This record gives sequence, C-alpha cells and structure tokens, in this order.
Amino acid sequence: MAESYLPLLILIVLALGFGAVVLVLPALLGPREINKQKMQPYESGIIPFTSPRRRFPVKYYLVAMLFLVFDVEVIFLYPWAAVLRDMGVFALVAMAPFLLVLVLGFVYELKKGALHWR
Amino acid sequence: MPTLPVPTFTQVVFVLIAAFTVISGLGVVVARNLFHSALLLAATFFGVAGLYVMLEAEFLAVTQILIYVGAVATLITFAIMLTRGAMHGETNPLNRQWGKAALFAFLFLVGLLGYLGGIPWPAPFQAIQADEGLIARLGEQLVTRYMVSLEVMGLLLMVALVGAILLARDDKP
Repeated sequence: MAESYLPLLILIVLALGFGAVVLVLPALLGPREINKQKMQPYESGIIPFTSPRRRFPVKYYLVAMLFLVFDVEVIFLYPWAAVLRDMGVFALVAMAPFLLVLVLGFVYELKKGALHWR
Repeated sequence: MPTLPVPTFTQVVFVLIAAFTVISGLGVVVARNLFHSALLLAATFFGVAGLYVMLEAEFLAVTQILIYVGAVATLITFAIMLTRGAMHGETNPLNRQWGKAALFAFLFLVGLLGYLGGIPWPAPFQAIQADEGLIARLGEQLVTRYMVSLEVMGLLLMVALVGAILLARDDKP
C-alpha cells in the first residue's frame, strides 16, 4: 500500500533536486558583484521606508484561527462524504448537529464582522 | 534462499523519513531564531505525515498535512509575527538550565521506553483490510460508533471559533 506512494516520493526527490540545482548553478556560474543597491530588500520595486521587522496586526491571527476551525471541520466531512451514498439518510441526520453547531458559529462570526477586514 | 542483511527499499525510505523528522525536530529545539524553529516545526510535521504513509494510515497522513502543515504551522508563524521583537536576533536562546532539562528529558525517555516495553501492543479494534476502503470505513464508524464524539467535536470547534473572535477582535467602536 505504501508502495503506491512511490510517485510522490519521486516527485519530492525531483523537487528537492531542482531546488538544489537552481540554488547551486547561479552561485557557480553567475557573476558576483555586491553593491548597496543590490543588497537592499526588494519589495515590489518600492524603496523600503520602514523596518520590515515589525509586529503584525492581530487580525492575521484571527483569520488563521478561523481557517483552522473550518479546516478541521472539512477533515470530518471527508470520510463522511465517502459513505453518504451508502448510508443515506442516517448519515445525513448524524452529521446534521455537527454542521448546525458550526453554522451557528459561522453566523456569529459573520454578525460580529470577524471576516470584515479593517 | 538465504536472507541477506540488505535493507529493502521500504526500509531505506523509512530511515530517510525518520532521520528527516528527527533532525528537523532537533532543529526546532536547537535553532537560535524562533522563526526558524517554526519553519522547522512545519518540516517535522511533514516528516510525521511521511511516517503515517509508511504505516499505511493514509487518512492520518492527509489530516497531518492539511491541519498541521497547512493550518497549525501557519498559526504558529502568525503568532510569532504578532509578538514584539520576536522577528530578529537570538529569539530562542538557551538558558542555564538546558543541561538539567536535557538530562531529565533523557531519563523520562528511558522510563517511558521501559514502561512501554513491558505492556503488549493492543491488537487493532477491527483490522481494516487495505482494499476495503479505509476512508469509507472511517466515515461509517464516525457516524455510528463515534457519533457522540463527533457532535462534541462540533461544539468544541464552535467554542474555539467564538473564543478566537472574542480574543482577537478589538471591538472598540
């Protein structure tokens, strides 16, 4: 069974190899010229005007946390979806409270404006 | 046919994945920069997913990648970026207690191995054949035997959701 993951392993090895080649080749072949202009951090072509190392707003954390909650929900839906056709209404009813509770949470989230980016 | 001590391909792959996992796990502890620790932690999660695949626990592997690599690692990264001064310099320093901590961790490991060596591994509750459709069997168990746990999980997730909103939203109009 684990052998059927061989293509995945080959893909990982290829990806790592490509990354290594792309990193090593320019270091060997490319010209090395270091000046102040070149060593500046590149941010969309705009000259940086503050230190990039500052605290991020807490709203990023909120988005990540909300993502995590619904990510876990999807994990539970996945095996359920695989048997839904065979088990029919019973599986549907068994999953209903789980989904209902999370929909309630989602409504709370919407009403609180937690998805509203300010 | 004599059995030669030549490792099989599966064993070689296992050793590679295990080494990757252990080394990145060590890196999490040893790295001087907290942000590097977080990235190495994501690598460790990925290695554990590989070990799950070797154990033929595919669903667990998918879960590991989707939740731990995809969401938990992201969350930890954000948590570090939210912290004042955690983005530069030596943010994950050793303190003077590290020697003692390492000693006690090692003793704990020895004790744990001694304890675990003494108890028999439980046989699987119902061994699932590989061709039977692992995910489908899981789903079946989820809505029958573990139905109550499923609904409690829903509640727990909602509590986490509401808690995150309450904690992280600055609700001052």
